[in-house]
Amino acid sequence: MISRTLHALTRALSPGLRRLSHVSSGGPIEDGSDSAHLTGHASLYVHWPYCLRRCSYCNFNKYISRENNDVMMTECLRRETDALLQLSQVSCVTSVFFGGGTPSLAHPLTIAAVLETVAGRVSLSDEAEVTLEVNPTPEGKSRLEEFCVAGVNRFSIGVQSLQDEDLKILGRDHSSHQALQTIEEARRLRPGRVSVDVMFGRPEQSVESWESELSELLKVCDDHVSLYQLTLERGTQLFRRVQGGEASVPAEDVTAEMYQRARTTLHQHGFLQYEVSNFARHNAVSHHNMSYWRGRQYIGVGPGAHGRFVPLGEGGVDREARTQTLEPDVWIREVQQRGHGTRRRIRLGHLELLEEVLVMGMRMTEGINHKHWQMFSPQLGLREVFGTSAEVREFLQSGRLVLDDRGLRCSWDGLAVLDSMLPALLVELERETSRKLQSDEQRERSDPR
Amino acid sequence: MHRGDYRTIYLQHSYILIVVTGQQWLLQQFSSAGVADIDIDINRFLSFCVKESIDLSKFPADRIRNFCIIAHIDHGKSTLADRLLEMTGAIAKTEKNKQVLDKLQVERERGITVKAQTASLFYSHEGEQYLLNLIDTPGHVDFSYEVSRSISACQGVLLIVDANQGVQAQTVANFYLAFEAQLAIIPVINKISAKLGTNVEKVLQAVVDRIPAPAASIDDPFKALVFDSNFDHYRGVVANIALFGGQVRKGDRIVSAHLGKTYEVNELGLLRPDEHPTQKLFAGQVGYIIAGMKDVKEAQIGDTLYLQEQPVESLPGFKPAKAMVFAGMYPMDQSEYPGLRSAIERLTLNDSSVTVQRDSSLALGAGWRLGFLGLLHMEVFNQRLEQEYNASVIVTAPTVPYKAILSSTRLIKEHGSEEITIVNPAQFPDKSVVSEYLEPMVFGTILAPDAYTGKIMTLCLNRRAIQKNMVYIDDQRVMMKYLFPLNEIVVDFYDLLKSMSSGYASFDYENAGYQAADLIKMDILLNGRPVEELTTIVHRDRAYSSGKAMCERLKDSIPRQMFEIAVQAAIGSKVIARETIKAYRKNVLAKCYGGDITRKMKLLKKQVEGKKKMRLIGNVQVPKDAFIDVLKRKD
Repeated sequence: MISRTLHALTRALSPGLRRLSHVSSGGPIEDGSDSAHLTGHASLYVHWPYCLRRCSYCNFNKYISRENNDVMMTECLRRETDALLQLSQVSCVTSVFFGGGTPSLAHPLTIAAVLETVAGRVSLSDEAEVTLEVNPTPEGKSRLEEFCVAGVNRFSIGVQSLQDEDLKILGRDHSSHQALQTIEEARRLRPGRVSVDVMFGRPEQSVESWESELSELLKVCDDHVSLYQLTLERGTQLFRRVQGGEASVPAEDVTAEMYQRARTTLHQHGFLQYEVSNFARHNAVSHHNMSYWRGRQYIGVGPGAHGRFVPLGEGGVDREARTQTLEPDVWIREVQQRGHGTRRRIRLGHLELLEEVLVMGMRMTEGINHKHWQMFSPQLGLREVFGTSAEVREFLQSGRLVLDDRGLRCSWDGLAVLDSMLPALLVELERETSRKLQSDEQRERSDPR
Repeated sequence: MHRGDYRTIYLQHSYILIVVTGQQWLLQQFSSAGVADIDIDINRFLSFCVKESIDLSKFPADRIRNFCIIAHIDHGKSTLADRLLEMTGAIAKTEKNKQVLDKLQVERERGITVKAQTASLFYSHEGEQYLLNLIDTPGHVDFSYEVSRSISACQGVLLIVDANQGVQAQTVANFYLAFEAQLAIIPVINKISAKLGTNVEKVLQAVVDRIPAPAASIDDPFKALVFDSNFDHYRGVVANIALFGGQVRKGDRIVSAHLGKTYEVNELGLLRPDEHPTQKLFAGQVGYIIAGMKDVKEAQIGDTLYLQEQPVESLPGFKPAKAMVFAGMYPMDQSEYPGLRSAIERLTLNDSSVTVQRDSSLALGAGWRLGFLGLLHMEVFNQRLEQEYNASVIVTAPTVPYKAILSSTRLIKEHGSEEITIVNPAQFPDKSVVSEYLEPMVFGTILAPDAYTGKIMTLCLNRRAIQKNMVYIDDQRVMMKYLFPLNEIVVDFYDLLKSMSSGYASFDYENAGYQAADLIKMDILLNGRPVEELTTIVHRDRAYSSGKAMCERLKDSIPRQMFEIAVQAAIGSKVIARETIKAYRKNVLAKCYGGDITRKMKLLKKQVEGKKKMRLIGNVQVPKDAFIDVLKRKD
């Protein structure tokens, strides 16, 4: 019955289905100096909350679905996309990212339906990056082609490890062999637009085993690699096992070494690090993720999705941090009742927006350039904010931070300890913006016009 | 059963024992001690209490009883005070009445009484109405100064003993305070069963029957003792007074004997426990007075007040409390200096036992060196500054007042005396100019079950203590007397004693003068740079172990930073201990996309707040708590 409904849906959609056969790799990625784009453009994140099983390390918003509710989810994702696009009044969606959960469990027609909704309301270029996160299972692999037809032009594959033992410990539902096959199929379909996720700092992992695993991966991977350090999250099975002494994770110094070696190895293979955990060759960066780090607007659709945009549709002038309702069943009900499931809206003040721009921007190796900063902070330049602080000067002198004609950024060494520098940068930002505000007020008082 | 023995002790002293909660056999035991059942019409005096205006002239001195409650810490004096307030209708009887007299946030959080509070109760006994003035006192050894002040305004005390814990070190100390002041003492056994308030009525009866009325005549000229004072932001000084003679009314012009300044009485009344204005106060009564004292120094505790035209002989007043623990206090940021100054001024008005001296340090800027009665006293003061005045302060490692006998004639001339007192370790004079160093000693009393005797003796030995006496006070419990160097018990002795005896041991001490000691100055260096604020004075025999302990402590309390930090302890130029805090190599959160920003920002905000509580020493960030934590020992 459900599949029949989906077939009906397909027929309804097929005339309008976007054809994305001529995708160029590394489409135009504008520098975004045009501040009009700040509110006119947005990227779109779509959250698929379901997984087949629970990974032992994951505390993400995901649910093991008991029944197939594809039709309902599809309808609700469409409705919410429509409602939030309207609210944001953006004219252009620059990229779409289907994350989860396990979005490769969604029906390709669901993906198609959402893209159709976007294209029906705003401009969505054929060149626009559309990424899907994929679990490298045989089921996932077999559907990649259909996802391409639906409009996906970039795959991000959750390989995590090439050791079957470790995949078991992590509670993953695939083997290393299946992962290799999935990568191969994805590369066949979207050459140059496949990313693989790998995880280090796994239980019992050594620096040497990590290095050899990474070289294995480099033989088969495409042009994009994301490296994640395993973080023990409260409430996960792995956390309990490590707490209870059943498992142990490598010490801080060991994971630091793993990170540095991986950076070096990837660099030697032509992968340029462009963010703390992201590496690309042939300029195959993730445009969608770049737009987060560049402080662009994004709209989050689906249970628990986050967004950052100005709700122009209801007369808003400030950017808001928005969170959708977490539990899928409740979210579905809310979307059915009022068109969207936005649970929380927090207006971001000027300083808070700058804080996010700073924190996100500094994660990129290119950092924050003066023009980019000026777009968010026309009154107070990077040099004015950070140029006088003694602590920042020490970061500069020790070579961890660079502030020059291009802008502010971390050095190679600095990037690894960014989180130690950010508090100092934030303190400075807060101090300088409030000082600026005070001096402006004083000037106004002395010059009452 | 040792519990029986304490009753015997009291009965031998021929004091009346009142049983608060009712076990029948105890009641029978003590009915022979003269406690009679008296019927009271509670409703009548309750309705009397709620009358809007109170005519205090109805209460001549013989209808007044002034008493306080003293006890070992946590023996339930604040709870008994709550029940007494409820029974006399001063507060409504609800489940929520817990520590009504403990007004300070720090008191409620820690479950202790820091500041003595006063409450006037109306009580009807044998057809007569009485005014009972209750002063709730702190229990901890650090606050005994408040206890002795309260006692000066009273004619009797309720001495509470927890039935389960029996007599404790502070029970003995407080007993002697009251005994020496020749007050009537009513022992009360508390907590025999739950806090139901059974037999509290009998406590009130005993207060009327056994405590003498104040010897004060309304015909004498007005004469009052300032036994406590508070600072009110809007009204200035609110002084608590006990009238030793005469009467006072609104509009009277009164004189402070200490300063000779004249004031006009703006407001006066009873504390029930909230301020309750009345027209007059009469001889024997206790209440508050507001007389336009604006400066915090105008209401000296222990001062005598009299009417402008009728000077009287001053009351004896109080010995100033002796500060035994000194520490530097500095604002987090120098811009907060004026705010912190006024907060300290106001807080020291409510707590005159704190001594204040201006001080400054290289790393911390301008601040003060404050003297306290003990470490709890210091922690409470610090907490009150933060909670009541919203002031964030850095407290440096506490030290005791050492003395040095100078040998250099130049220095003797400079100081004007041969003997100097050192309250700041950074100013400790070098051995070459000193003939002898002296350290303050205390005479400590420890009471504990004999199962812990061995452990306690080892602890005391480690603290350079000399045993003076040891007796069994019953078949299980031992009272030990030791002579301690004060610096050995200042920081963590009490906590350790408590934890190693599962809370059963109790401790009290009194000053025992000074003794010669082989003292040296120990510096702490961060990356080779001496940190003046962490300099300590140690006994030569203890130098290595305390240097090592301090370095370990610092290693634990200073977070890893982007560079390696060497933590060293040094005597002169000789390094005697070292710890290394390794540099961070990587601490960047691996993953940060659109859905992670909110969480990431929250985390960073917390780090920013934490960072604001850090102090930069050289290029090392040191959390402000490190300055005090560094002295706590593990033993």
